Amino acid sequence: MPFVFGTLVTSALALLVAVPLGVGAAIFLSELAPPRISNLLTFVIELLAAIPSVIYGLLGIFILVPFLRQYGEPFLKRTLGFLPLFQGPMYGVGMLAGGLVLAIMVAPFIISFSREILMAVPVEQREAALALGATKWESTWQVVVPFARIGIMASIFLALARALGETMAVTMVIGNDPRISASLFAPGYSIAAVIANEFAEATGDLYLQALVELGLVLFALTIVINGLARIVIISTAQKGSGQ
Amino acid sequence: MRWHTAWRKLVNYTMFSLTGVCALVTVGVLFFILGYLVWHGGSSLSWSFLTHLPTPVGESGGGMANAIVGSAKLLFLASAFGIPIGFLGGVYLAEFGGRTFPFVVRYTADLLNGVPSIVMGIFAYTVVVLPMKHFSTFAGSMALGVMMIPIAVRSTEEALRTVPLMLREGALALGASKWKTIATVVVPAARKAIITGIVLDVARVAGETAPLLFTAFSNRFWSPGWNQPTASLPVMVYTYAISPYDDWHRQAWAAGLVLLTLVLVANVVARLSVSGRSAHL
Repeated sequence: MPFVFGTLVTSALALLVAVPLGVGAAIFLSELAPPRISNLLTFVIELLAAIPSVIYGLLGIFILVPFLRQYGEPFLKRTLGFLPLFQGPMYGVGMLAGGLVLAIMVAPFIISFSREILMAVPVEQREAALALGATKWESTWQVVVPFARIGIMASIFLALARALGETMAVTMVIGNDPRISASLFAPGYSIAAVIANEFAEATGDLYLQALVELGLVLFALTIVINGLARIVIISTAQKGSGQ
Repeated sequence: MRWHTAWRKLVNYTMFSLTGVCALVTVGVLFFILGYLVWHGGSSLSWSFLTHLPTPVGESGGGMANAIVGSAKLLFLASAFGIPIGFLGGVYLAEFGGRTFPFVVRYTADLLNGVPSIVMGIFAYTVVVLPMKHFSTFAGSMALGVMMIPIAVRSTEEALRTVPLMLREGALALGASKWKTIATVVVPAARKAIITGIVLDVARVAGETAPLLFTAFSNRFWSPGWNQPTASLPVMVYTYAISPYDDWHRQAWAAGLVLLTLVLVANVVARLSVSGRSAHL
């Protein structure tokens, strides 16, 4: 159970950070930026998606964790310390670090998918809104984004599946402690991290089977989420071409 | 009324600047990562790092030659296994097949692509490591090879679909059989895009750590043949980074730099070669 808890908390945290960041950047790239800059930035963002996860973990351990321990977590504790989320000792490693690393990792996916979906919104929709006197932002936020809503949701689901299954970066910063705790500062554990840490040294059939079952849980979870997201993408693509 | 308009304009500017900030932050992360790795890893990178074996803890110096060779061996075998299957699958999807079956294959390939890499590791572990009773290069390649298939299928298919129908009809009209048409006309026409897809595919699995932890395992020495555990760059980065020794941390940075350089160079070259049209996964 602590493993499932850790997986869910870090993934939720990652989405909480990555969704506004990713969708915001996607809006900028598709609506505001001139095509050349937009293409250049998209290129860079796709490179970001290609960076191996172990590199993110490396930076997580040596940059993010010390930073959180020294500045980030004390700051949160001072300003929001009345919430149970931000209490307890500050180690640096823990759910918060795991969630933040994941957020950085999944943001590129949300951006490149959402950007494509936003670009696919017909120009007429924008023009109609602008012709009615809407400002550019109003046309974007009240017309374009709702039009692309389902597609953006699907991109978020794909990102979620990715965050759930991400192993290395999380293993390196989450603290690997099987406890359920209300505080985001506390070390936790995620399904993928348990498998990574203990599989090679699993002795005995029961131990091994337990780990394989955790793998199955993870597998089923990501398959279901991915499957739903893909169906949504396919059906919206068909609807779009039918119009 | 005027106040209202001013407010709307204000909202307009603020929100768009915020989205700009979002984009800058994400892009900034890349340059931050690059800069930090070059700064930290560059100082520990040396010729001996690339050509020597790891030294025991406490002894400075040493390198990761075995991990570099190990990664190359793993990738070679994984490509030999994953690319042909993926490529032929892609040819099938693009050129043959009715409506339902290709849809199922495509959907499954997408799902397979979304499966966490560690689950692939478990798969290879139960299929190869358990019957053979030891970790091996072969098992690691197996895990990576399976991961390569779905991407190779999709990129090959997309590449072939961009070939104009006229080329196919021309070849068929000259009396070529379907197979001849595909092998001598369609595939060569899409060659560049196919190779790009494959390079991106290899670059993606090159950085995978999770499936190797308990298939290829690791090794402090050279790994002869295909049947022994082998070291690989990503696993070395991982083990060195979580170790408590400063010297190992420095080596982790250097190994990370080597890995990142390889992956990014492969990506940039592959993507620029199909300039304008980025190969999407």
